[in-house]
Amino acid sequence: MSLTRSEEWYLNMGPHHPSTHGVLRFVVKSDGEVIDEVKPDIGFLHRGIEKIAERLEYNQIIPYYDRVDYLAAFNASWSYVMAVEKLLGIEVPPRAEYIRVILGELNRIISHLISVGSFALDMGAVTPFTWAIREREVVNDIFEMVTGSRLTYNFPRIGGVYQDVPEGFREKVLQFCEYFPPKLKEFNDLITYQKIFIHRLANVAVITPEQAIAFGLTGPNLRGSGIKYDLRKNRPYSVYSEFEFDIPVGTGEAGTLGDAYDRYMVRIREMEESCKIIKQAIEKMPDGPVRAKVPRKLKPPVGDVYAATEAPRGELGVHLISDGSSRPYRMKIRTGSFAAMSIVNEVSHGLMIADLVALIGSLDVIAPEIDR
Amino acid sequence: MEGIENIYTYLKGKFGEGIGILDKESRDPWFEVKRENLREVATFLRDDPELGFTYLVAITGVDYSKFVDVDYKGKLCATYILYRLRDSHQLIFKVFVEKEDPVIPSVWDIWRAAEWHEREAFDLVGIKFEGHPDLRRILLPPEWEGHPLLKDYKEPEEYRTPDGYLVVKTHRPDPLRENNESDQK
Amino acid sequence: MLQLFNWLIKTFPSLASHQELTAFVLFIILGLLVLTFAAVVAGSLTYFERKVAARIQSRMGPIEIGLGGYIQWVADAIKLLLKEDIIPENVDKILFRLAPYFAFLGAGLTYLVLPFSEKLILADLNVGVLYFLAVSSITVIGILMAGWASYNKWSLIGGIRSAAQIVSYEIPSALAVLPVVLYAGSLSTQDVVRAQAGWAGFHWMIFQNPFIFISFFVFFISMLAENNRIPFDLPEAESELVAGYNTEYSGMRFAMFFLAEYSNVFILSAFAVTLFLGGWQPLFGLSLKIPGTAVDLWKLFSFFFKTSIMVFLVLTIRWTLPRVRIDQLMGLCWKYLVPIAFFDLFGVMFWMVL
Repeated sequence: MSLTRSEEWYLNMGPHHPSTHGVLRFVVKSDGEVIDEVKPDIGFLHRGIEKIAERLEYNQIIPYYDRVDYLAAFNASWSYVMAVEKLLGIEVPPRAEYIRVILGELNRIISHLISVGSFALDMGAVTPFTWAIREREVVNDIFEMVTGSRLTYNFPRIGGVYQDVPEGFREKVLQFCEYFPPKLKEFNDLITYQKIFIHRLANVAVITPEQAIAFGLTGPNLRGSGIKYDLRKNRPYSVYSEFEFDIPVGTGEAGTLGDAYDRYMVRIREMEESCKIIKQAIEKMPDGPVRAKVPRKLKPPVGDVYAATEAPRGELGVHLISDGSSRPYRMKIRTGSFAAMSIVNEVSHGLMIADLVALIGSLDVIAPEIDR
Repeated sequence: MEGIENIYTYLKGKFGEGIGILDKESRDPWFEVKRENLREVATFLRDDPELGFTYLVAITGVDYSKFVDVDYKGKLCATYILYRLRDSHQLIFKVFVEKEDPVIPSVWDIWRAAEWHEREAFDLVGIKFEGHPDLRRILLPPEWEGHPLLKDYKEPEEYRTPDGYLVVKTHRPDPLRENNESDQK
Repeated sequence: MLQLFNWLIKTFPSLASHQELTAFVLFIILGLLVLTFAAVVAGSLTYFERKVAARIQSRMGPIEIGLGGYIQWVADAIKLLLKEDIIPENVDKILFRLAPYFAFLGAGLTYLVLPFSEKLILADLNVGVLYFLAVSSITVIGILMAGWASYNKWSLIGGIRSAAQIVSYEIPSALAVLPVVLYAGSLSTQDVVRAQAGWAGFHWMIFQNPFIFISFFVFFISMLAENNRIPFDLPEAESELVAGYNTEYSGMRFAMFFLAEYSNVFILSAFAVTLFLGGWQPLFGLSLKIPGTAVDLWKLFSFFFKTSIMVFLVLTIRWTLPRVRIDQLMGLCWKYLVPIAFFDLFGVMFWMVL
């Protein structure tokens, strides 16, 4: 008989816990600090957007998509308008596509900024978060200038965007592209190459490429496992095929391929790539209308359509089923965070509680996107 | 293998009756898989070197009871959206079941992503996935009654917490309901 | 203190017949003085920390309430005093109430042997350094009590983590102090400081020999860990354990923990200065021509100046580094710090023999 004896206990992490990024709950079965099993409990932010959408006209649904992922509202509503455009076969004017690309990439940058900033916060470093927020403000100002709001933009429309960009937009965006890379380097010096930070993340919560595919991970989480798959390159939508940019993938530079640090690094590198895209897009932006002629009452053909964009949290897909009326018969939103959450239990066995925080932070889940 | 028609003929040759109709009119064409053959077809779709659909994007549960006049009207359906990562080929197939017997074999061990998507489809539409390890409600609270995305779902008149406290009463008439009816016709 | 007592008896002969009473009253007064001093130091430190943090994070920090925001900490203290003191159901009420005082006791008692200046010390114990090492770990009892009594699993984890951490880091910190004691030849804090007399800091312990130089860093790191400062703030890691052992505390009881934490920052810096950086030994030696009493003031100033720089270092570390994990924390202690400290100890011994 051994003198020491350990018992497993259940820890209730959330719904109100500093590192759950919204309202999530994890029922953690652990032996002291070492985790045995994690049962995610989601749905605290379920607003039933899919149900609401069945009663709304196609163009009334757009604002709801801003709330699907409020950190990347533009990308989310872009997915939706793309699905409807595909369903109706609408050609979007090129200027509108360019505006969408610029705003979408700006939105990716600020979403990733929040992601890496709050990730550092989870790791116990407070300063990187405020620095990230500081950079984010600059982009928020650009968004305010173009769309009138700073978080939920409600800007894309079926067949284009709401309005043309105002005077001075071009200069402001170019200014940001000059301003941002040095600031990102500063941020990296502060936290990314920090010894303790690397030690905390290397070899932690490893997701193998096979696991990543099987669980349907998308976006930076999939690429962090070393799989070069990005909708912008692999299923080019909008005008992405006209730009030159790289798809950063995880390389296992700090430890194992697919660990938390890889996923984090993919986000850092993606911000640089986004900057490149924005620069090219703003140079190439053609003149012309920003909205196609779209009938007031939309009557799409009967059938299914699935369209997806590469949102900051991975593929944000919209599956629309139309019955020929002016309202969608069924709308399904497929989000990256939902897939990311489903893998938590699989990889969390044997982690410590501090590592679980790192895992959740590195998956970059946000509650509204999981629950919809 | 490219194109939905080629894949359809390929599968039809392999499984015969196990593959149902093909809808080419839809913007994203899809075909039907009979539920008896779902697991075989799914495994084949994933493992066949010609096909290799290793990536499950989503499962959408649909209630077709108020749809336009088609031969699957009135049935429940699970729509599977798949990707082949190497060339980003997209594939949609559907499995129809009668509303009285909404049971579909689970594919959670073929595509692990299906585990949560099936739970969601069960939660919202009420399709029971046979063989699923943990088929519970996922988005709605466990004590919820009914499946809200069914077309005959009636919203409760009041919402209460599990302990019985009244949260909200919903006696507001629905301004869109009549409109909705006429729209269907 | 003894001198003060003797001086009192001498100056007021009438007190000689009530020696016990006099001593008792003196105790109380001095105790209150220490408490006040600790509170003021801790409060000022919160202001200092917030300002430093604000500078690092490109913010403003407190600016509204009096003297560029300096009175902010008083306002905070008043707020905490007026807050409802919530004692949750199911907690172990006695332990829950006692815990904050124990946590503060560890910090408060160390002031006793802290030499502020040549003459300004509460008690120049001949085992001062040992006393400091012993007393400073009373804090762990308070934290463990708080974690256990709170009836909350997060608090419990915080308490257990803290116990493991503080007990482990006692060893390297004690071992790192020993070379200094060997070199000074005394356990009294005043003697240690006196041993560092000299011009412009070349006689500070840290520059005496290379082993003590390494010892200083071992001491500093283990003191950071003992006081639960980032990067070793695992017991209250807010992103993992909500707030660790003080999750359930509010109002004044929470303020006591706060007070203990900030007192500890001061004490950690003050002892690093005392043991390694020359304590109250006047900066620039006495090459400055200063008249009599001003020398004492200059010594006091030297002590506080050096301490402030150390505090600033601690704060900067806090606002720059992320937190380590519990196994890395233990690994750092047992795999690196303890062997290094031993190596230093033997190194100093050989250095002194040769």
